[in-house]
Amino acid sequence: MKTVNEMKLSFPSKSCNEAFARSAVAAFVMNLDPTVSELSDLKTAVSEAVTNCIVHGYRRQSGEIFLTGKIFENGKVSVKIRDKGCGIENVEQAMQPLFTTAADEERAGLGFAVMQSFCDAVRVRSTPGKGTAVTLEKLIGTDE
Amino acid sequence: MVETEYKNNVLTAYLSGEIDHDSAAKIRTSVDAAAQTLNPRLLCLDFKGVSFMDSSGVGLVMGRYRQMKLLGGGLQVKNYSDGIYRIFAMSGLESLGVLR
Repeated sequence: MKTVNEMKLSFPSKSCNEAFARSAVAAFVMNLDPTVSELSDLKTAVSEAVTNCIVHGYRRQSGEIFLTGKIFENGKVSVKIRDKGCGIENVEQAMQPLFTTAADEERAGLGFAVMQSFCDAVRVRSTPGKGTAVTLEKLIGTDE
Repeated sequence: MVETEYKNNVLTAYLSGEIDHDSAAKIRTSVDAAAQTLNPRLLCLDFKGVSFMDSSGVGLVMGRYRQMKLLGGGLQVKNYSDGIYRIFAMSGLESLGVLR
């Protein structure tokens, strides 16, 4: 499918960049005329993915987060969020609702569940020791 | 981000703006400090001014529930939007009986 627009961002794994990343993605999809709920869903999913890079991927050490956004002809938006952090040993387990390795930091273990619930598709590729890439896909501008 | 009010043994925290991992940590610090000082019968988290929340908000509520239990008080969560409720519902928070 033809890509009509794309963007790339990279930023350090500081928690203040969670707000930056979701706002940047919201601005990127704005000309698709998203509904309030489509925009809020996408922002929430991006926020979860970026938080995972900071809390889990880099375990609060400093690192770089890479975000790419693509808009396709049919209004499909794809956002890929990637870190070069510790990676996930067992992706299936990590995606289980309420599973968390950071309970003492008050993480609810809902990150992937929220991404899956708020997007049309979520793909995770991870290599332990090398990093994790999460791709979120959502159709925008199709809500009546 | 958070303003607190203490009246009739009830501590109300009026949350505002966006709740994510970054802001949740700041809210938690100031709400816990107030609760430890005042030792209220009830802590009320008011979400009226919250325009965005990710799953960090669930951790914030669950953590305050545990904190208030330790202090011998209760927790109430109110004035949240439908979008916020959708995330609360995914977490099983309803079973704690704190949502109003």
